[in-house]
Amino acid sequence: MFKNQKLKNMTEVKETPLKKVMIIVAKANIEDVYAGLIMANGAVMEGIEAKLFFTFFGLDAITKKQMNKLHTATVGNPGMRMPNGWAFPTLLGAIPGVEAGVSAMMKKQMDELDVPPVDEFLDMITAGGGEIYACKMAADMFKLTKDDLCEHVKAIITVGDLYAMSGGDGTQIIFT
Amino acid sequence: MAEKTFAGKTVEVTAEGYLVNKSDWSKEVAAEMAKEDGIELTDKHYEVLDYLREQEASGASLTIRKVGKSGIVDIKGLYELFPGGPLKLSSKYAGIAKPASCV
Repeated sequence: MFKNQKLKNMTEVKETPLKKVMIIVAKANIEDVYAGLIMANGAVMEGIEAKLFFTFFGLDAITKKQMNKLHTATVGNPGMRMPNGWAFPTLLGAIPGVEAGVSAMMKKQMDELDVPPVDEFLDMITAGGGEIYACKMAADMFKLTKDDLCEHVKAIITVGDLYAMSGGDGTQIIFT
Repeated sequence: MAEKTFAGKTVEVTAEGYLVNKSDWSKEVAAEMAKEDGIELTDKHYEVLDYLREQEASGASLTIRKVGKSGIVDIKGLYELFPGGPLKLSSKYAGIAKPASCV
């Protein structure tokens, strides 16, 4: 009897609530960037601390010149479909202007769901206490300085700094 | 469904504390719900609650972006009014359903 009780106690799962998320965005596609933004915004709206770390091509999302001009890939994207559900021919996606058109359409559809443009989304996240960081190595590689990045960026940091911020119970690192 | 007593009135609430019947709502009920979470409702809070109730009645889906553009309070202010749950808590005190949007 005692033994069984002990076994029962050992298998009981104790849940610890999520307290902090570190979200890494490494790509510049609309969907990759928005996945990170929506998760970060969703976190702060639930009272969970959120820090976003942009690296490699993800830096486009916080670079003044690029942030509101993100595209989705119309070539090499098996999820792309025509509005009627047919497969989207790769060759069609390669025609100049098609990617811009598809991207504009995607942004319009998101706007209808009240999903804001990137700069406004960053406003919302930081208003809720979320923090935005850029990766030092990627910034160096693309020759970007703090002046090239939007005002929401708190600092350009190293991966070591990122890990140093990731301490504490209930912290998760999410790579989108 | 659970039952709770707010302002001397017994009301049905969901497991998360949202009112089951919108008609049970009153300013006093809202104030006591907020008090449970340690929030003292001010006129500004009530302006937000009224806005949410109107929007919900018109069938609109609610987002913090919409509240931020309502002219009542900006998003930062909304977080200050309802710490840790700008839309979740405000919807609860407004007596409407838990928001089902991701933004």
